[in-house]
Amino acid sequence: MKILIVGGGKTLYFLCRNFTAKGHEVVIINRNLEECVHLARQLSATVVCGDGSDPKILNESGVLEANTVLAITPNDQDNLVICQLASIQFGVSKAVALVNDPDNAEVFEKLGVSAFSTTRIVGSLIEQRASLEQIINLLPAGEGLVNVTEIILDADSPVAGRLLKDLDLPENALVAVVIRDNQPIIPRGTNQLLAGDRVVLITLPENHGPVLKTFTGEQK
Amino acid sequence: MKHNLYIVIVGCGRLGSYLASRLSHTGHSVVVIDINEATFNNLSSDFSGFRVEGDATQIAVLKEARLKRADVCFATTHEDNINLMVAQVARKVFNVPHVLARVFDPRREQVFARLGIETICPTSVAAEMFLLTVASGRAARVDA
Repeated sequence: MKILIVGGGKTLYFLCRNFTAKGHEVVIINRNLEECVHLARQLSATVVCGDGSDPKILNESGVLEANTVLAITPNDQDNLVICQLASIQFGVSKAVALVNDPDNAEVFEKLGVSAFSTTRIVGSLIEQRASLEQIINLLPAGEGLVNVTEIILDADSPVAGRLLKDLDLPENALVAVVIRDNQPIIPRGTNQLLAGDRVVLITLPENHGPVLKTFTGEQK
Repeated sequence: MKHNLYIVIVGCGRLGSYLASRLSHTGHSVVVIDINEATFNNLSSDFSGFRVEGDATQIAVLKEARLKRADVCFATTHEDNINLMVAQVARKVFNVPHVLARVFDPRREQVFARLGIETICPTSVAAEMFLLTVASGRAARVDA
Protein backbone atom coordinates (compact mmCIF):
# COMPACT_ATOMS: atom_id res chain seq x y z
CA MET A 1 0.00 0.00 0.00
CA LYS A 2 1.23 3.49 -0.75
CA ILE A 3 0.56 6.04 1.98
CA LEU A 4 1.07 9.78 1.65
CA ILE A 5 1.37 11.65 4.95
CA VAL A 6 1.40 15.43 5.28
CA GLY A 7 2.65 16.80 8.57
CA GLY A 8 5.52 16.59 11.01
CA GLY A 9 6.53 16.07 14.60
CA LYS A 10 6.74 12.88 16.61
CA THR A 11 3.31 11.59 15.58
CA LEU A 12 4.37 11.60 11.95
CA TYR A 13 7.75 10.06 12.75
CA PHE A 14 6.35 7.10 14.69
CA LEU A 15 3.39 6.60 12.34
CA CYS A 16 5.76 6.45 9.42
CA ARG A 17 8.14 4.07 11.19
CA ASN A 18 5.18 1.84 11.97
CA PHE A 19 3.93 1.84 8.35
CA THR A 20 7.33 1.20 6.76
CA ALA A 21 7.98 -1.64 9.22
CA LYS A 22 4.80 -3.27 7.95
CA GLY A 23 6.09 -2.97 4.41
CA HIS A 24 4.02 -0.03 3.22
CA GLU A 25 5.50 2.56 0.93
CA VAL A 26 5.41 5.97 2.60
CA VAL A 27 5.81 9.46 1.16
CA ILE A 28 6.04 12.41 3.57
CA ILE A 29 5.33 16.05 2.73
CA ASN A 30 6.68 18.59 5.21
CA ARG A 31 7.21 22.34 4.89
CA ASN A 32 10.30 22.61 7.06
CA LEU A 33 13.57 21.90 5.26
CA GLU A 34 15.50 21.07 8.43
CA GLU A 35 12.87 18.58 9.56
CA CYS A 36 12.77 17.06 6.06
CA VAL A 37 16.52 16.40 6.13
CA HIS A 38 16.18 14.85 9.57
CA LEU A 39 13.24 12.64 8.53
CA ALA A 40 14.92 11.53 5.33
CA ARG A 41 17.98 10.39 7.31
CA GLN A 42 16.02 8.47 9.91
CA LEU A 43 13.22 6.89 7.92
CA SER A 44 13.09 4.73 4.86
CA ALA A 45 10.49 6.98 3.28
CA THR A 46 10.47 9.47 0.45
CA VAL A 47 10.44 12.99 1.86
CA VAL A 48 9.16 15.94 -0.15
CA CYS A 49 9.75 19.46 1.15
CA GLY A 50 6.85 21.78 0.43
CA ASP A 51 3.28 22.86 1.10
CA GLY A 52 1.07 19.76 1.08
CA SER A 53 -2.00 21.81 0.25
CA ASP A 54 -0.42 22.91 -3.03
CA PRO A 55 -1.79 20.72 -5.85
CA LYS A 56 1.56 20.88 -7.63
CA ILE A 57 3.45 19.49 -4.62
CA LEU A 58 0.82 16.79 -4.13
CA ASN A 59 1.16 15.78 -7.75
CA GLU A 60 4.97 15.69 -7.58
CA SER A 61 4.72 13.49 -4.47
CA GLY A 62 2.88 10.85 -6.45
CA VAL A 63 -0.56 11.39 -4.95
CA LEU A 64 -2.12 9.79 -8.03
CA GLU A 65 -0.73 6.39 -7.06
CA ALA A 66 -1.43 6.75 -3.33
CA ASN A 67 -4.03 4.47 -1.74
CA THR A 68 -4.33 6.63 1.34
CA VAL A 69 -3.63 10.26 2.23
CA LEU A 70 -3.25 11.27 5.87
CA ALA A 71 -3.24 14.97 6.76
CA ILE A 72 -1.94 15.45 10.29
CA THR A 73 -0.59 19.01 10.36
CA PRO A 74 -1.34 21.20 13.41
CA ASN A 75 -3.67 23.35 11.27
CA ASP A 76 -7.19 22.10 10.66
CA GLN A 77 -7.68 24.31 7.61
CA ASP A 78 -4.62 22.77 5.93
CA ASN A 79 -5.75 19.22 6.74
CA LEU A 80 -9.18 19.94 5.25
CA VAL A 81 -7.83 21.39 2.02
CA ILE A 82 -5.22 18.62 1.62
CA CYS A 83 -7.88 15.91 1.90
CA GLN A 84 -10.30 17.69 -0.41
CA LEU A 85 -7.63 18.18 -3.07
CA ALA A 86 -6.54 14.55 -2.72
CA SER A 87 -10.03 13.13 -3.12
CA ILE A 88 -11.61 15.61 -5.52
CA GLN A 89 -8.73 16.61 -7.77
CA PHE A 90 -6.64 13.45 -7.60
CA GLY A 91 -9.24 10.76 -6.94
CA VAL A 92 -7.56 9.24 -3.87
CA SER A 93 -10.03 6.75 -2.41
CA LYS A 94 -9.13 7.25 1.23
CA ALA A 95 -8.17 10.65 2.64
CA VAL A 96 -8.25 11.13 6.39
CA ALA A 97 -7.73 14.38 8.31
CA LEU A 98 -6.66 15.03 11.86
CA VAL A 99 -8.78 17.67 13.56
CA ASN A 100 -6.97 19.57 16.28
CA ASP A 101 -10.18 21.26 17.43
CA PRO A 102 -12.47 18.31 18.34
CA ASP A 103 -15.56 20.34 17.31
CA ASN A 104 -14.25 20.25 13.76
CA ALA A 105 -14.76 16.47 13.52
CA GLU A 106 -18.48 16.96 12.77
CA VAL A 107 -17.74 19.97 10.57
CA PHE A 108 -15.34 17.97 8.41
CA GLU A 109 -17.77 15.07 8.09
CA LYS A 110 -20.41 17.55 6.89
CA LEU A 111 -17.94 18.78 4.29
CA GLY A 112 -17.36 15.19 3.15
CA VAL A 113 -13.94 14.59 4.73
CA SER A 114 -13.28 11.74 7.17
CA ALA A 115 -11.76 13.11 10.34
CA PHE A 116 -10.52 11.98 13.73
CA SER A 117 -9.64 13.88 16.88
CA THR A 118 -6.79 12.58 19.02
CA THR A 119 -8.04 14.72 21.89
CA ARG A 120 -11.36 12.91 21.75
CA ILE A 121 -9.83 9.45 21.44
CA VAL A 122 -7.38 9.94 24.30
CA GLY A 123 -10.04 11.66 26.37
CA SER A 124 -12.49 8.80 26.05
CA LEU A 125 -9.77 6.23 26.82
CA ILE A 126 -8.89 8.05 30.01
CA GLU A 127 -12.55 8.33 30.95
CA GLN A 128 -13.09 4.62 30.38
CA ARG A 129 -10.16 3.71 32.59
CA ALA A 130 -10.99 6.21 35.29
CA SER A 131 -14.71 5.50 35.38
CA LEU A 132 -14.29 1.79 35.95
CA GLU A 133 -12.70 2.02 39.36
CA GLN A 134 -15.14 -0.66 40.53
CA ILE A 135 -13.23 -3.20 38.46
CA ILE A 136 -10.82 -5.03 40.74
CA ASN A 137 -9.73 -7.79 38.46
CA LEU A 138 -9.67 -8.33 34.75
CA LEU A 139 -8.42 -11.55 33.27
CA PRO A 140 -8.37 -12.48 29.61
CA ALA A 141 -8.98 -16.19 29.05
CA GLY A 142 -8.82 -18.40 25.97
CA GLU A 143 -6.11 -16.23 24.38
CA GLY A 144 -8.21 -13.14 24.77
CA LEU A 145 -11.43 -14.63 23.38
CA VAL A 146 -13.12 -14.35 26.77
CA ASN A 147 -12.82 -11.82 29.59
CA VAL A 148 -13.28 -12.70 33.23
CA THR A 149 -13.96 -9.52 35.20
CA GLU A 150 -14.48 -9.05 38.90
CA ILE A 151 -16.35 -5.91 39.95
CA ILE A 152 -17.79 -4.55 43.20
CA LEU A 153 -21.35 -3.27 43.02
CA ASP A 154 -21.63 0.13 44.69
CA ALA A 155 -24.85 1.67 46.00
CA ASP A 156 -25.32 3.59 42.71
CA SER A 157 -25.21 0.42 40.63
CA PRO A 158 -28.37 0.14 38.51
CA VAL A 159 -28.55 -3.62 39.26
CA ALA A 160 -28.25 -3.39 43.06
CA GLY A 161 -31.40 -4.89 44.61
CA ARG A 162 -32.58 -6.55 41.41
CA LEU A 163 -33.11 -10.21 40.66
CA LEU A 164 -30.66 -11.76 38.27
CA LYS A 165 -33.42 -12.97 35.92
CA ASP A 166 -34.74 -9.40 35.59
CA LEU A 167 -31.42 -8.02 34.35
CA ASP A 168 -31.34 -6.79 30.79
CA LEU A 169 -28.00 -8.41 29.95
CA PRO A 170 -26.54 -8.27 26.44
CA GLU A 171 -26.22 -11.66 24.73
CA ASN A 172 -23.28 -13.96 25.46
CA ALA A 173 -22.61 -12.69 28.97
CA LEU A 174 -22.83 -14.51 32.26
CA VAL A 175 -22.74 -13.74 35.96
CA ALA A 176 -20.51 -16.61 37.04
CA VAL A 177 -20.12 -16.05 40.76
CA VAL A 178 -21.39 -13.60 43.37
CA ILE A 179 -19.26 -13.25 46.49
CA ARG A 180 -21.15 -11.86 49.48
CA ASP A 181 -19.61 -11.68 52.95
CA ASN A 182 -16.77 -13.87 51.75
CA GLN A 183 -19.27 -16.55 50.70
CA PRO A 184 -19.23 -17.48 47.02
CA ILE A 185 -22.66 -18.05 45.51
CA ILE A 186 -23.17 -19.69 42.13
CA PRO A 187 -26.21 -17.64 41.24
CA ARG A 188 -29.51 -18.61 39.68
CA GLY A 189 -32.14 -16.37 38.18
CA THR A 190 -33.91 -15.93 41.49
CA ASN A 191 -30.83 -14.60 43.29
CA GLN A 192 -30.85 -10.92 44.15
CA LEU A 193 -27.83 -8.67 43.63
CA LEU A 194 -26.95 -6.30 46.47
CA ALA A 195 -24.66 -3.33 46.87
CA GLY A 196 -21.31 -4.54 48.14
CA ASP A 197 -21.47 -7.81 46.21
CA ARG A 198 -18.36 -8.85 44.34
CA VAL A 199 -19.52 -10.12 40.99
CA VAL A 200 -17.47 -12.23 38.59
CA LEU A 201 -18.57 -11.71 34.99
CA ILE A 202 -17.82 -13.68 31.86
CA THR A 203 -17.91 -11.49 28.76
CA LEU A 204 -16.64 -11.45 25.19
CA PRO A 205 -14.44 -8.57 24.00
CA GLU A 206 -17.23 -7.28 21.75
CA ASN A 207 -19.84 -7.05 24.51
CA HIS A 208 -17.50 -6.29 27.40
CA GLY A 209 -18.23 -2.54 27.48
CA PRO A 210 -22.05 -2.78 27.31
CA VAL A 211 -22.12 -5.56 29.95
CA LEU A 212 -19.99 -3.54 32.35
CA LYS A 213 -22.23 -0.54 31.81
CA THR A 214 -25.21 -2.66 32.87
CA PHE A 215 -23.55 -3.26 36.22
CA THR A 216 -21.76 0.05 36.86
CA GLY A 217 -24.21 2.43 35.18
CA GLU A 218 -23.30 5.59 33.29
CA GLN A 219 -20.38 7.30 34.97
CA LYS A 220 -20.22 11.03 35.35
CA MET B 1 -33.03 43.12 -1.56
CA LYS B 2 -33.16 44.34 1.99
CA HIS B 3 -31.21 47.46 2.75
CA ASN B 4 -29.57 46.42 5.96
CA LEU B 5 -27.57 43.22 5.56
CA TYR B 6 -25.81 41.23 8.26
CA ILE B 7 -22.27 40.74 6.96
CA VAL B 8 -19.49 38.70 8.56
CA ILE B 9 -15.95 39.42 7.40
CA VAL B 10 -13.17 37.02 8.38
CA GLY B 11 -9.73 38.64 8.37
CA CYS B 12 -9.20 42.30 9.16
CA GLY B 13 -6.12 43.01 7.06
CA ARG B 14 -6.03 45.58 4.25
CA LEU B 15 -8.88 44.06 2.24
CA GLY B 16 -11.04 42.91 5.16
CA SER B 17 -10.81 46.20 7.06
CA TYR B 18 -11.51 48.21 3.91
CA LEU B 19 -14.61 46.16 3.09
CA ALA B 20 -15.78 46.28 6.71
CA SER B 21 -15.36 50.05 6.95
CA ARG B 22 -17.10 50.72 3.63
CA LEU B 23 -20.01 48.36 4.32
CA SER B 24 -20.49 49.67 7.84
CA HIS B 25 -20.47 53.22 6.49
CA THR B 26 -23.25 52.37 4.02
CA GLY B 27 -25.43 51.20 6.90
CA HIS B 28 -24.95 47.42 6.98
CA SER B 29 -24.45 45.45 10.18
CA VAL B 30 -20.88 44.20 10.04
CA VAL B 31 -18.94 41.78 12.23
CA VAL B 32 -15.19 41.37 11.68
CA ILE B 33 -13.23 38.40 12.97
CA ASP B 34 -9.46 38.34 13.31
CA ILE B 35 -7.08 36.28 15.41
CA ASN B 36 -4.95 39.36 16.07
CA GLU B 37 -6.62 42.17 17.96
CA ALA B 38 -4.15 44.79 16.66
CA THR B 39 -5.60 44.46 13.14
CA PHE B 40 -8.81 46.13 14.33
CA ASN B 41 -6.84 49.38 14.24
CA ASN B 42 -7.12 49.14 10.44
CA LEU B 43 -10.86 49.86 10.68
CA SER B 44 -12.03 53.39 9.99
CA SER B 45 -12.93 55.54 12.98
CA ASP B 46 -16.65 55.54 12.12
CA PHE B 47 -16.84 51.72 11.93
CA SER B 48 -19.91 50.86 13.98
CA GLY B 49 -19.88 47.06 13.71
CA PHE B 50 -18.64 44.35 16.08
CA ARG B 51 -15.14 42.97 16.45
CA VAL B 52 -14.54 39.33 17.38
CA GLU B 53 -11.03 38.31 18.32
CA GLY B 54 -10.42 34.62 17.62
CA ASP B 55 -9.41 31.81 15.27
CA ALA B 56 -12.10 31.48 12.59
CA THR B 57 -11.24 27.81 11.99
CA GLN B 58 -12.83 27.12 15.38
CA ILE B 59 -16.56 26.76 15.04
CA ALA B 60 -17.07 28.35 18.47
CA VAL B 61 -15.64 31.62 17.15
CA LEU B 62 -17.95 31.57 14.13
CA LYS B 63 -20.89 30.93 16.43
CA GLU B 64 -19.86 33.91 18.55
CA ALA B 65 -20.00 36.04 15.40
CA ARG B 66 -23.54 34.67 14.88
CA LEU B 67 -22.73 33.42 11.41
CA LYS B 68 -26.06 31.57 11.37
CA ARG B 69 -27.83 34.93 10.99
CA ALA B 70 -25.52 36.29 8.30
CA ASP B 71 -26.72 37.23 4.80
CA VAL B 72 -23.17 37.49 3.51
CA CYS B 73 -19.77 36.12 4.55
CA PHE B 74 -16.41 37.20 3.12
CA ALA B 75 -13.26 35.23 3.90
CA THR B 76 -10.34 37.60 3.38
CA THR B 77 -7.49 36.38 5.59
CA HIS B 78 -4.01 36.15 4.09
CA GLU B 79 -4.13 32.32 4.21
CA ASP B 80 -5.89 30.54 1.34
CA ASN B 81 -6.71 27.44 3.34
CA ILE B 82 -8.36 29.38 6.16
CA ASN B 83 -10.47 31.24 3.60
CA LEU B 84 -11.45 28.02 1.85
CA MET B 85 -12.37 26.32 5.11
CA VAL B 86 -14.32 29.28 6.49
CA ALA B 87 -16.19 29.68 3.21
CA GLN B 88 -17.24 26.02 3.17
CA VAL B 89 -18.28 26.06 6.80
CA ALA B 90 -20.26 29.27 6.27
CA ARG B 91 -22.01 27.82 3.23
CA LYS B 92 -22.63 24.24 4.34
CA VAL B 93 -22.83 24.35 8.13
CA PHE B 94 -24.28 27.81 8.74
CA ASN B 95 -26.22 28.02 5.41
CA VAL B 96 -25.08 31.57 4.66
CA PRO B 97 -26.62 32.44 1.26
CA HIS B 98 -23.74 34.53 -0.13
CA VAL B 99 -20.20 33.44 0.56
CA LEU B 100 -17.03 34.62 -1.13
CA ALA B 101 -13.44 33.60 -0.41
CA ARG B 102 -10.24 35.26 -1.49
CA VAL B 103 -7.75 32.72 -2.80
CA PHE B 104 -4.30 33.80 -3.95
CA ASP B 105 -3.30 30.53 -5.61
CA PRO B 106 -5.13 30.11 -8.95
CA ARG B 107 -4.42 26.36 -8.84
CA ARG B 108 -6.61 25.97 -5.78
CA GLU B 109 -9.54 27.87 -7.32
CA GLN B 110 -10.77 25.13 -9.66
CA VAL B 111 -11.33 22.47 -7.04
CA PHE B 112 -13.34 24.78 -4.88
CA ALA B 113 -15.41 25.96 -7.79
CA ARG B 114 -16.40 22.29 -8.08
CA LEU B 115 -17.39 22.28 -4.41
CA GLY B 116 -19.66 25.24 -5.09
CA ILE B 117 -17.49 27.76 -3.27
CA GLU B 118 -17.20 31.11 -5.00
CA THR B 119 -13.69 32.47 -4.94
CA ILE B 120 -11.91 35.63 -6.04
CA CYS B 121 -8.30 35.23 -7.05
CA PRO B 122 -6.49 38.60 -7.00
CA THR B 123 -3.65 37.04 -8.98
CA SER B 124 -5.92 36.01 -11.85
CA VAL B 125 -7.86 39.29 -11.73
CA ALA B 126 -4.68 41.38 -11.90
CA ALA B 127 -3.24 39.17 -14.64
CA GLU B 128 -6.43 39.63 -16.71
CA MET B 129 -6.16 43.42 -16.37
CA PHE B 130 -2.54 43.39 -17.50
CA LEU B 131 -3.33 41.09 -20.42
CA LEU B 132 -6.29 43.23 -21.43
CA THR B 133 -3.95 46.18 -21.90
CA VAL B 134 -1.95 44.15 -24.41
CA ALA B 135 -4.97 42.64 -26.15
CA SER B 136 -6.81 45.95 -26.59
CA GLY B 137 -3.98 47.25 -28.72
CA ARG B 138 -3.62 50.36 -26.59
CA ALA B 139 -0.18 49.23 -25.58
CA ALA B 140 1.43 49.94 -28.94
CA ARG B 141 3.51 53.11 -29.25
CA VAL B 142 1.74 55.71 -31.33
CA ASP B 143 4.84 57.68 -32.20
CA ALA B 144 6.44 54.76 -34.09
